[in-house]
Amino acid sequence: MIDLRELIQKISQAKDKLELQNIKSQFLGKNSQINQEFKKLGSLSEEEKKIKASSLNNEKQKITEAINVRFKELEKLEISKKLQKDKVDVTLPARERPNGKIHPVSQVIDEISSIFSEIGFSVAEGPDVETEYNNFTALNTPEDHPARDMHDTFYLDNDKKILLRTHTSPVQVRAMLNGKPPFKIIVPGRTYRCDSDQTHAPMFHQLEGLHIDKDITMGHLKGCLDYFVKEFFEVKKIKMRFRPSHFPFTEPSAEVDIGYKLENGRIIVGEGDKWLEILGCGMVHPNVLKNAKVDPNKFQGFAFGMGIDRLAMLKYGINDLRSFFESDYRWLNYFGFDPLDVPTNYRGLSR
Amino acid sequence: MIITLSWLKNHLTTSLNLEKIINKLTDIGLEVEAVKEAQNELSDFKIAKVLKAEKHPNADKLKLCEVSIGNNSDIKKVVCGAQNARSGLVTVYAPPGSIIPKSKMKLKIAKIRGVESHGMLCSGNELNISDDSEGIIELKNREKDIGKNYFKSKGEKSIDISVTPNRPDCLGVRGIARDLASAGLGKFSNLKKIKIKQSFKQPIKISITKEKNQGCLNFGACYIKNIQNKESPEWLKEKIISLGLKPISAVVDITNYVMFDLNRPLHAYDADKIDKEIVVRNSKSGETFTALDGKTYKLGSNMCVISDRTGPLGLGGIIGGSRSGTEFDTKNILLEAAYFHPSSIRKTASNLGVDTDAKYRFERGIDPNSIIEGLEVATNLILKICGGEASKFSVEGKSKVKNRILEIDQTKFKKVIGIPMPSGEAKKILNSLGFDTKIKKNKFLVKIPTWRPDIYQDVDIIEELIRIKGFDKISLIHPKKSRNKDTLSFDQKLFHFSQRAVATKGYMEAVTWSFTDSRIDKHFSQGKREIEITNPISSDLNVLRTSIFSNLIVYLKKNQDRGYLDLSLFEIGPTFYGKKPGEQQVVIGGLKSGVVNRKTWEAKPRNVDVFDVKADVVKTLLEIGIEENNIHVSNKTKDYYNPGRSGSINFNSENGVLLASFGEIHPSIISSLDLKEQNVSGFEIFLKNIPKPKTKYRFSKKDYSISDYQKSERDFAFIINEDFKAGDIKKLISDVDTNLIKNVKIFDVFSGGNMPAGKKSIAINVLIQSIEKTLSQKDLDDISQKIIDIVKAKTGGTIRS
Repeated sequence: MIDLRELIQKISQAKDKLELQNIKSQFLGKNSQINQEFKKLGSLSEEEKKIKASSLNNEKQKITEAINVRFKELEKLEISKKLQKDKVDVTLPARERPNGKIHPVSQVIDEISSIFSEIGFSVAEGPDVETEYNNFTALNTPEDHPARDMHDTFYLDNDKKILLRTHTSPVQVRAMLNGKPPFKIIVPGRTYRCDSDQTHAPMFHQLEGLHIDKDITMGHLKGCLDYFVKEFFEVKKIKMRFRPSHFPFTEPSAEVDIGYKLENGRIIVGEGDKWLEILGCGMVHPNVLKNAKVDPNKFQGFAFGMGIDRLAMLKYGINDLRSFFESDYRWLNYFGFDPLDVPTNYRGLSR
Repeated sequence: MIITLSWLKNHLTTSLNLEKIINKLTDIGLEVEAVKEAQNELSDFKIAKVLKAEKHPNADKLKLCEVSIGNNSDIKKVVCGAQNARSGLVTVYAPPGSIIPKSKMKLKIAKIRGVESHGMLCSGNELNISDDSEGIIELKNREKDIGKNYFKSKGEKSIDISVTPNRPDCLGVRGIARDLASAGLGKFSNLKKIKIKQSFKQPIKISITKEKNQGCLNFGACYIKNIQNKESPEWLKEKIISLGLKPISAVVDITNYVMFDLNRPLHAYDADKIDKEIVVRNSKSGETFTALDGKTYKLGSNMCVISDRTGPLGLGGIIGGSRSGTEFDTKNILLEAAYFHPSSIRKTASNLGVDTDAKYRFERGIDPNSIIEGLEVATNLILKICGGEASKFSVEGKSKVKNRILEIDQTKFKKVIGIPMPSGEAKKILNSLGFDTKIKKNKFLVKIPTWRPDIYQDVDIIEELIRIKGFDKISLIHPKKSRNKDTLSFDQKLFHFSQRAVATKGYMEAVTWSFTDSRIDKHFSQGKREIEITNPISSDLNVLRTSIFSNLIVYLKKNQDRGYLDLSLFEIGPTFYGKKPGEQQVVIGGLKSGVVNRKTWEAKPRNVDVFDVKADVVKTLLEIGIEENNIHVSNKTKDYYNPGRSGSINFNSENGVLLASFGEIHPSIISSLDLKEQNVSGFEIFLKNIPKPKTKYRFSKKDYSISDYQKSERDFAFIINEDFKAGDIKKLISDVDTNLIKNVKIFDVFSGGNMPAGKKSIAINVLIQSIEKTLSQKDLDDISQKIIDIVKAKTGGTIRS
């Protein structure tokens, strides 16, 4: 008989898996004592056989268990030994992941679209190359109108009939000619004027809004812009003033200022006693409706236009308009937005 | 339009201060752009500090001074001869352009002994304030005033108002006063009755020719004889200076004064220089005329000229001529007050490129009935200041223009604005603005004053009413949060999605001009015609871009020049293929340059190449929603890519629409643009070619079954002709049995070495799995054999053992 206690102790002290394996084959293998004894069982009487078999099984089980326990212990030891050697300096730089960004103008267009989507506006678009008629004449700005002086226009032909649109307003005309009222659209897009200095770029972005229905009043215009400004700047209270102005394509016309203050050279929108012009608007001129084949006796409504780049500058503290278009990698990386940062209504515009 | 409070008070009785008036002006649509200290020729002189004074390199007695005139301004470099010029001294600085009181000399930027001097430092003598000419002025304890004017201004503040083009009446002080009075800021004064002794008939014959496109409606005149022209009296000089103009002589200053006071442009001729008579006529093409600005203009046809027997004396309503201009010794003058049609003025002025205060007013429309009023006021002033005798007024042409009368529904105000306005209130506002009103049943009959050329329809009246009442009185109506139509169309969603998809591949989004340099665009235009801008902002932005790459590569270069070489830039926007509206399409273009794993501690660096951009473009297409088996890649290419290292992706087959192109940019373009980092690859995705999903089954996907049976993998290596495309062999194998072959992966390609010439070895891993059963060894052998047979048959290749 083996001394079970001694054996189990031996097992529990096995130095490594090889020793354990040797013990296993010695005591449980084919030629092991236990195996021999099992073979002998056949020659015993039924009663003896039962007793002996039970005792042998018991013994075998105990040894197996002890081996398994030790095996696991050894495995653990082995791993921890290995790990002691396997150390890296995790402060080394990680593998680089490319990191793209969305331009602030694109982000702000998404933000604005999301805001106006909530109150039922759809996004419409029009071509960058326009006819002189759509850009001016149809918008109640005939050839000799001094208001044309305010638009330094790029032309594509010598007759000045084809041009780069100076504002997004011609899309009003296109949208109305191509559909039936009511109209409720916003139009973001590139616009062009041939002057360039610190505060002007030859290309910039505008957002046009148009809402035409049977009974849309200036009260609706005020409400719509009040909603937009608060949502866009993500402030509950914002001072806003409508100032009479003049655009040939709206009557009455207004410019809208919002209140702000300067704090450490930064513009804080909403508070303070300074005013900042952010957009122009008004009730669509009956002549424009007529030109767009909409009956001004039945339909009326408002239009507005704002500078997207300027809104982006205000909201995100960007000082130089021209930097938008210089594609400086460092600037894009700094002012750009993570592509996963998609403005939505339910999650909020910005993170 | 510039006004001062005291001038305003000539027409408005008010006790309110400047601030109240400024706020009200803005509230009623007369936006105040700036409030400025009075300007005069002494306001240029600034208190300044000498920061540094060193010896002039080429002159012993001169010093080179660096002068500060406050924190917001550059340091001025000034050459100075004064002994006492030294660092720390606070003194008086005169900038280039200023006029030195003593010498009346205008300062210019000048080189003094080879060094440029920007202005000068002044002595008391030079400024006419003392006889001290020994050195420059030394100011004690004035550090806090650096940058301020040295001379206290005598005049009052001027208000600069931005008058919108529809309000020519407010280009005169009186018009602004009328608006302010209407808005409740004071009482509008009546013009004083003027009595002038007019003893004789106006002696010069004046006629307006009857011809097509005649630009002149009427022409009033007064002949004043025996005047003594002189410098204007102080009060008048001050007014002229407050406008930012220079006083010239009493006669000229008076005509300017009346123009700014009443918005009534006038012109004074030296009557003795008029050759017999005045004819207002259309110019003949080729006529020339020298104007008061000293320039000689070559006239076209149909420009309205005021001429005598000799030729043009002036361009009607725009500018007078030097031949008949008044001088200090002028004895007899003819004063003109006329009305010229805005469109005629505008055409002539823009053709000749002339801009004057008179032109600015006439092209916006002045009051055609203000001729007599203007002549009265001006004649009266001339007689008072210069003496002389005035003739009776003569008026040629239409002497009086009738007022327009508009009928407006009383309910219209509420319909447009949203709030009601009682008829009493409306009447009061309109009357105060000079509109006569009558109520007829439910309608207003409104008589429009002739100084308001902007009022044509009921909405114009409504604007007047709400403008004066105040936009703040409109109650806002909150928008309803409901949506009846989709916000975005498929194309718009695609735009936004693909924009963000590309950015997630590590590209920075740039926004560049839609126009570009034709010399660069031609690299990418594939021979398409240039779309020229006739008046470009600069010669290197002279065409519309035919490719996103044209600008993007320039900005890639600019970033490289700043020392940043590993770059990924993209832009999504229009490219143009014609001049007509709509001949444009939305393209995403991306450029990638430099080295992957540049200076990393754990991986080998390698150049950016075609497979980087291929990965980005294919992944983006998959994300957009193109199915993998519809992405057909071929080596068809465009001439701006490296011909052997670029390709196209078409929808479904080689003949399908072009979804994208990609590849390494052609080395000849890289070298002609002189890029620092020459590894540049790019891609373009043509969004208009991305097929719209079928609307019907857009959302519900096809049934999907997962196999519970074991998958097997088999590796093959074929030796095939080198020019046989890997993509084709992959497709070949995939098609052998689409039920069983789940994936085909190429994991090794090599040629050379012990490969026969013109051959390559391609190693392929094939994933085989059945949805119905565990495949037996035989099944697997069968499919493997099938693969080998088909590849052999189609490629002529052999299996590598």
